[in-house]
Amino acid sequence: MIEISAYGVSKSYGRTKALDNICFETEKGEIFGIIGPDGAGKTTLFRIMTTLMLADSGTVTVAGYDVVKDFSEIRRIIGYMPGRFSLYKDLSVEENLSFFASVFGTTVEENYHLVADIYRQLEPFKKRRADALSGGMKQKLALCCAMIHKPRVLFLDEPTTGVDPVSRKEFWNMLSRLKNQGVTIIVSTPYMDEAGMCDRIALIMNGRFLKIETPSNMLEQYDRTLFSVRSDNNASLLRQFRGMPDIKSCYPFGETLHVVADKGFDISSLHSRLVSSSPVLIEGIRPTIEDCFMELNEK
Amino acid sequence: MALGFLLAKEFKQFIRTPIFVGLTLVFPAAIMLVIPWIVRMDIKNISVVVVDNDRSAASSDFIGAVGSSGYFIMDGLVPDYDEALQQVELSLTDAVIVIPDGFEKGLLFNGGAPVQVSINAVNETRGTLGASYLGAICAAFSEDFYALRGIAAGGEDVHAAGMRPSVEVSVQNRYNPMMDYKWFMIPGLFVIIIVMLCGFLPALNIVGEKEKGTIEQINITPVSKPVFILSKMIPYWIMGVGVLAVSMVLAYVIYGLAPLGSLLVIAAFSVIFIFSVSAFGLVVSNYSNNTQQAMFVMFFFILVFLLMSGLLTPIESMPGWIQAITYVNPLRYYIEVMRGVYLKGASFMDLLPQFWALMAFAVALGSWAVVSYKKQS
Repeated sequence: MIEISAYGVSKSYGRTKALDNICFETEKGEIFGIIGPDGAGKTTLFRIMTTLMLADSGTVTVAGYDVVKDFSEIRRIIGYMPGRFSLYKDLSVEENLSFFASVFGTTVEENYHLVADIYRQLEPFKKRRADALSGGMKQKLALCCAMIHKPRVLFLDEPTTGVDPVSRKEFWNMLSRLKNQGVTIIVSTPYMDEAGMCDRIALIMNGRFLKIETPSNMLEQYDRTLFSVRSDNNASLLRQFRGMPDIKSCYPFGETLHVVADKGFDISSLHSRLVSSSPVLIEGIRPTIEDCFMELNEK
Repeated sequence: MALGFLLAKEFKQFIRTPIFVGLTLVFPAAIMLVIPWIVRMDIKNISVVVVDNDRSAASSDFIGAVGSSGYFIMDGLVPDYDEALQQVELSLTDAVIVIPDGFEKGLLFNGGAPVQVSINAVNETRGTLGASYLGAICAAFSEDFYALRGIAAGGEDVHAAGMRPSVEVSVQNRYNPMMDYKWFMIPGLFVIIIVMLCGFLPALNIVGEKEKGTIEQINITPVSKPVFILSKMIPYWIMGVGVLAVSMVLAYVIYGLAPLGSLLVIAAFSVIFIFSVSAFGLVVSNYSNNTQQAMFVMFFFILVFLLMSGLLTPIESMPGWIQAITYVNPLRYYIEVMRGVYLKGASFMDLLPQFWALMAFAVALGSWAVVSYKKQS
């Protein structure tokens, strides 16, 4: 069953095209990831889907409701967690939760089971003001507040930005549990390593979807030879690789360089072609989502 | 129902902002204690030096009359006019009175004598009023002078400042018999208090939620626009009525000023006025992107509203086109109401035009506040 559909969605701010002909559909109970760097248009897309902004063109439906015509119905059935922490900082943890329950016409008691797993971790601090929480705790509270009215669809805009790795892991575990309760989740993130936690992902760049696929298919469809190069002077090697005609691209990846060549490229020939004062370690590797992103972005 | 929760939230947030709570408590008290003493149009303590070229009994009586009038402070005698003018130049004194040689003789035998008054009119009000006070003192002095001696005054050569009116005008100051400027100001000061608190605080409110990003979370909820705006307005309504009550008690305790008219009339008009003012604040807030913008726009409008409200200067003495503009100033009507009820004991029926005007503002600004609040961009 289709829960969200978007056709030809475009939005410009002046002369800047924030979204350019976005099309996608998501199934009910799916975690749909929108992956892309800052400024790619993720937040604009979220604001259109959550009825906070009107698109210049195109149509979006959420749970069968049109975001323009039926915005008031949509506002009853969605939960939205904006990228910026936007709960009331001068209210306590429990006051925030019960406030958001009440403005949706429900109570914390009625839907407590939905947020119980997460809220249990916040309970020791329930009298604390929201601005006195740690980053991870804030995000957990924001998720609780977005969930407390039992939304059918949950929109999470960069929920893990600025959160430590342990809390990020926890956060994603919570999302899978919500998914099991039948909630459709649209989540955006700039972290490519989180892509694997989604059922399907859309790679977004400069307002365009580069590709929509399951993470595993995305990796399988990678049709190049990829290898990582490690040495003491990456900068010099980067320049050398970029000068080679049979190398498609080369980019820094953590402490290593990732080098892309056509399928069937012979890695062993490389050592003799490189000039380096220190030893160079070259090994063939399997691609990550980030490599797919770089590859698609090249095209 | 949602309104109740929104209101509870607003009150919690208000109480947790100590500066707002402090402001609400201190502001009315500060205004009521200080402003009535400093905003006044009757001029006192004009300092004056005298050049007495006559040195007669009459001239020293005259100097005594000026000194005991209560409006002037005698800075002493100066030998000649040039030196006296220099003192004015150096701002050591405000006015010079020159009594000519032969002053007494003139009074006794010519039926009058000229007195020269030079007054510093850099501050125009002070200059004009000072001169007219002196004129009045001169008139009273010559009256007394002749009455004492049983001589009828006369003669056409009497100087303007010393001219006695041939027709006696007896002025009765209705509604403010002691001509106490404080009485005139205080009903207007209530307006300042309400505008500052119930206009500025709402103006900071919605834009504050925009800056903190919390408005996003509210915008995706099913809360309707009128309910949201009401939740922003009602707290200031309650606060405004409370603050007004405190200010009225202070006015009675400190200045002994109680309204001649009905408290109910004051309450009815205040409720409408506070509604309009906070709706105006919310309109500004809705159109502003940040608090600085909201503050600046509010300052602009409130300043214009106050100056054109008749609070400090009478509307009747403004040019015609400005008088026309004051009809779209809600403060004007409320000040008329407050002064009317306080000093004249005006009834509701007397104030019917003001009632309809303020109602129109309340409806227009209230709807504008709802319409200008956009849940969508």
